[in-house]
Amino acid sequence: MTTAFELNDVTIAYHGHPAVHHISGAFETGTLTAVVGPNGAGKSTLLGAMAGLKRLSQGRIARAGALSEPGAVAFLSQLSAINADFPLRVLEVVAMGLWPRFGALGAIKGQALTAIENALAQVGLAGFENRLVDELSVGQLQRVLFARLIVQDAPAILLDEPFSALDASTTRDLLAVVSGWHLQGRTVVAVLHDLDMVRTYFPDTLLMARELISWGPTQQALTAEHLARASQRSLAWVDSASWCDAPALEHVHTERAA
Amino acid sequence: MDGLWAPFVEFAFMRRALVASLALGLIAGPIGVLLVMRRMSLAGDAIAHAVLPGAAVGYLLAGMSLPALGLGAFVSALAVALLASFVASNTAQKEDASLAAFHLIALALGVTLVSIKGSSVDLMHLLFGSILAVDTQALVLVVGAVTAALVLLALVWRVLLASSFDPMFLMQFGQSGKWANQLFMLTVVLTFVASFQTLGTLMAVGLLMLPAIAARSWSRDIPTSCVLASLFAMSSGFIGLLLSYHVSLPSGPAIVLTAGAIYLVSLLIGSHDGLLLKLLPSARHRQS
Repeated sequence: MTTAFELNDVTIAYHGHPAVHHISGAFETGTLTAVVGPNGAGKSTLLGAMAGLKRLSQGRIARAGALSEPGAVAFLSQLSAINADFPLRVLEVVAMGLWPRFGALGAIKGQALTAIENALAQVGLAGFENRLVDELSVGQLQRVLFARLIVQDAPAILLDEPFSALDASTTRDLLAVVSGWHLQGRTVVAVLHDLDMVRTYFPDTLLMARELISWGPTQQALTAEHLARASQRSLAWVDSASWCDAPALEHVHTERAA
Repeated sequence: MDGLWAPFVEFAFMRRALVASLALGLIAGPIGVLLVMRRMSLAGDAIAHAVLPGAAVGYLLAGMSLPALGLGAFVSALAVALLASFVASNTAQKEDASLAAFHLIALALGVTLVSIKGSSVDLMHLLFGSILAVDTQALVLVVGAVTAALVLLALVWRVLLASSFDPMFLMQFGQSGKWANQLFMLTVVLTFVASFQTLGTLMAVGLLMLPAIAARSWSRDIPTSCVLASLFAMSSGFIGLLLSYHVSLPSGPAIVLTAGAIYLVSLLIGSHDGLLLKLLPSARHRQS
């Protein structure tokens, strides 16, 4: 088994305060991993760093060679980071997934249009091509964004809270898409809050509360003891915290002060 | 009826003014709509004022020479736009706050510079323009700037729309999202450089924003809004010039007032979210 993402002492600090603290480990190729932890635990920050959108304060994230191409690591941000009232057409949003092929100027037609239609049908939105996204419900919008991920056809997919605020049937349909990606051998990492969902659908789990609490097969990662440890960690900044030893970039060590 | 075209047939300065305002209207549509949609309506105002100190330096060095004014205006507006976005991306300041700071400095600096040498007549000229005084050289400058802005806008159009909808998305394919923003600011600056000589820094914003906001009352769709806004802006130019000729109003304000009238009418009877629509009984709805 090859490694898709290798995390080596990853620390990401905002104003010197670490949101992600000394996390090491590996996401193997083809695994389906849930990232779990309380609010403010640094889950989204870690995912953003894996997508290459955040600068690390310390450590490094190595990607497999196949994941170094632009667009090979697909990233879906939280719905709140998307300006859903910007009235693009559904077709245009899904076509964004084909960016590496068509870029800013290429005409999208033929096979690409078929791929877009198929992706929309797969998420249950056949015939929605010409609707404006600002008139869609939250669930429909998330379906459109999943269709965009489908046409992007990336070997690794990072999802930040993909099922928050979705109803049961939308969640079920989109989970089926995620499971399909897993079967196709893609590496999928999703930040999630629903532990029942994680236990049912996600073989691996990374539990974090700024530091790594546990990482491995979901059964072993999500024990009562680990979960208790994660929720007990104080995630408030402590301004008097000492500085971390020998950091590449200075950041405050909250561990001892908390 | 004769009054609709006779002034343009009869007087070359009216023809040049018409061509200039049609060209400005054409670019004002898409730029204005994008500014409105990206919630940067007031950024347009800020950049318009940032034209002033550069134009003033051009004026101090070369007098009322249009190329000198245009070049100075271009440099200072671009500097303010880039400084504002540099400060916004490197500090916790939001872009609108830094833009506000820089344009206020630019405005005060511009007025000071003009008053050092010029008379208040020159200041009025810079602030309010004189579209009726556009000569062939100025017309070439206006049309050249508009053309450059249109070409640039076409190149970054898709990137701009994509990053307006999902700011993080394009980052996974490289830095194109970042550059698109700067290039968009460049098109906004080019538009103002083209328009300040004819409408002045204060009036130029009116032709840019009013038709765009009016268009939003008629359509939600972006391409449709852009076409509508351009049509509104070009007809404001045409009607405004006629008003200024027949009723002897100052031309710049007449054009902007026409755009304002179109905006108010759209606000009332617009087919997308006009105010009158809301007053009509709305019990009618489609089958579920």
